[in-house]
Amino acid sequence: MTTTTKPATPVAAPSTRRLGPASLALRQGRLEIRQFLRSRESVVFTLGFPIIMVLIFASIFSDEIAPGVSYTQYFITGMIATGLLTVSFQNLGIWIPIERDRGVLKRYRGTPMPKWVWFAGKVIMVLVTGMVMTALLLAVSVTLFDLNLPATGTAWLTFGWVSALGITACTLCGIAISSLARTARSGSAVVTPVALVLQFISGVFFVFTNLPTWMQQVAALFPLKWMCQGLRAVFLPESFGAQEPGGSFELARVALVLGAWCVIGLVLCLTTFRWTTRRDG
Amino acid sequence: MSDEVAIRVRGLRKAYGDNVAVAGVDLDVHRGEVFALLGPNGAGKTTTVEILEGYRRRDSGEVLVLGTDPELVFGSRQRNRQARPAPHVVADWRSRVGIVLQGTGEFDELTVAEVVHHFAGFYPAADDPDKVIARVGLTGKAGARTHTLSGGQKRRLDVALGIIGRPELLFLDEPTTGFDPEARREFWELIRDLSAAGTTIVLTTHYLDEAETLADRVGVIAGGRVIEVGTPDSLGNRREALATVTWRTPDGLPESAQSATPTALVTELAARFGGEVPGLTVTRPTLEDIYLRMIGHR
Repeated sequence: MTTTTKPATPVAAPSTRRLGPASLALRQGRLEIRQFLRSRESVVFTLGFPIIMVLIFASIFSDEIAPGVSYTQYFITGMIATGLLTVSFQNLGIWIPIERDRGVLKRYRGTPMPKWVWFAGKVIMVLVTGMVMTALLLAVSVTLFDLNLPATGTAWLTFGWVSALGITACTLCGIAISSLARTARSGSAVVTPVALVLQFISGVFFVFTNLPTWMQQVAALFPLKWMCQGLRAVFLPESFGAQEPGGSFELARVALVLGAWCVIGLVLCLTTFRWTTRRDG
Repeated sequence: MSDEVAIRVRGLRKAYGDNVAVAGVDLDVHRGEVFALLGPNGAGKTTTVEILEGYRRRDSGEVLVLGTDPELVFGSRQRNRQARPAPHVVADWRSRVGIVLQGTGEFDELTVAEVVHHFAGFYPAADDPDKVIARVGLTGKAGARTHTLSGGQKRRLDVALGIIGRPELLFLDEPTTGFDPEARREFWELIRDLSAAGTTIVLTTHYLDEAETLADRVGVIAGGRVIEVGTPDSLGNRREALATVTWRTPDGLPESAQSATPTALVTELAARFGGEVPGLTVTRPTLEDIYLRMIGHR
């Protein structure tokens, strides 16, 4: 092999501007959404599951659980909360291990992309799918099952912050729990039982106050119960608050618990997040 | 920092538990050269390269890559907390280093063009994505989802993502594994082009012919140590090695002799046969012979 003389540095590159933080995040979000929409299973499963559940349950049970409150209304609020849990916690907890196992995360780490951009892309994807899913659920429920949309600005505001805080907490916890899965396949094994158990004990399928007290107490430690309760404050009559375990919808406590889970989730993300698999250092 | 040195490694050590993967590596890679790291599986090639790329932390030793300690990318988890770098320092360093990993990171549902265009957005002086796609020979597959690519085509995509940022230094970890001979030759052309444009290239490979064709210098790594560094034709005293002369005797039997002066031997044989020597060959040990001897004698 001959040692030819080579220029010391690469030929000067054309002056290109580095993308700003906002456009980096938006590009990443667009890419994530595109990937999500193209994997048909995840679209059907994530967006379709809550709607199918509403169609089934609301068609089977039509009793009133309190004066002026049907089981259907109660169940739909629970399914909105479940939907938010699915698009954030379950979706991320299942997909991040797959991407990590495939080496997609490792590849991103080898680029100058600031790390937060990748998280921002996931958050944008979760928020968009969460909004689409909620809108679909509301459309189905209003047309088929006589759900009333919030009538007052205050109710819409509550709807907004409960959903935002809930989806944030679940997103952070989803990213955090993704580090528990050792391989691509185990993500769903880790996340699905957690999500399913939470749905059963948090008042999604059953009226919360009918559950055993100890179960209520366990559920009260986790976000889903408080998301359901906050959404009931939006969609059920004010009077129903008296039926809640605390004697009211306890919106302040909803905010407090969900806020606390945001902090816990963030700390777990920052301390445990892995860009590579365990066997990969 | 010297402008002539792209990579400087002194006393690099890394162990996983009791298993010492890198046991004191010293290495210098000059700017503009193609440096090949050869070694058997488990010799510590990938660990060494991944430390240089900022993917793994070292246990001890000194490492400078383009004048910067790659450990800076670990930010707050860095050993020396005072040295925590500003984010743009990490990004600057990352944008000057191109990486082609051993395993591929697949973006199943995206097309080749989408992935390359997306990654171009991360670099301040990215190359034209369509030009890069053409350069790695994927133009015909630009609109294909990446999961439909063959193994060799995926590898080309990896290379495209490694060079999209116009790196000063390009790491290639076993880049041509799974290539057919034609694809390998095209890839070699690409590496020569990059090298001619001034890119410093560090590649690990199992293929001796690849190292011999591409590399200005070769480092042989075995048992976590660099056992020799040299130009491909001087490695293991190859230049001084005895030549093997083979021919056929008048009875048609093969005969061979090792000689430091093969020309004299051939002249003598020519005289003996009175002209053409039947079945004459003169060979020096191939790089592969030298290499196998080097790693075998450990």
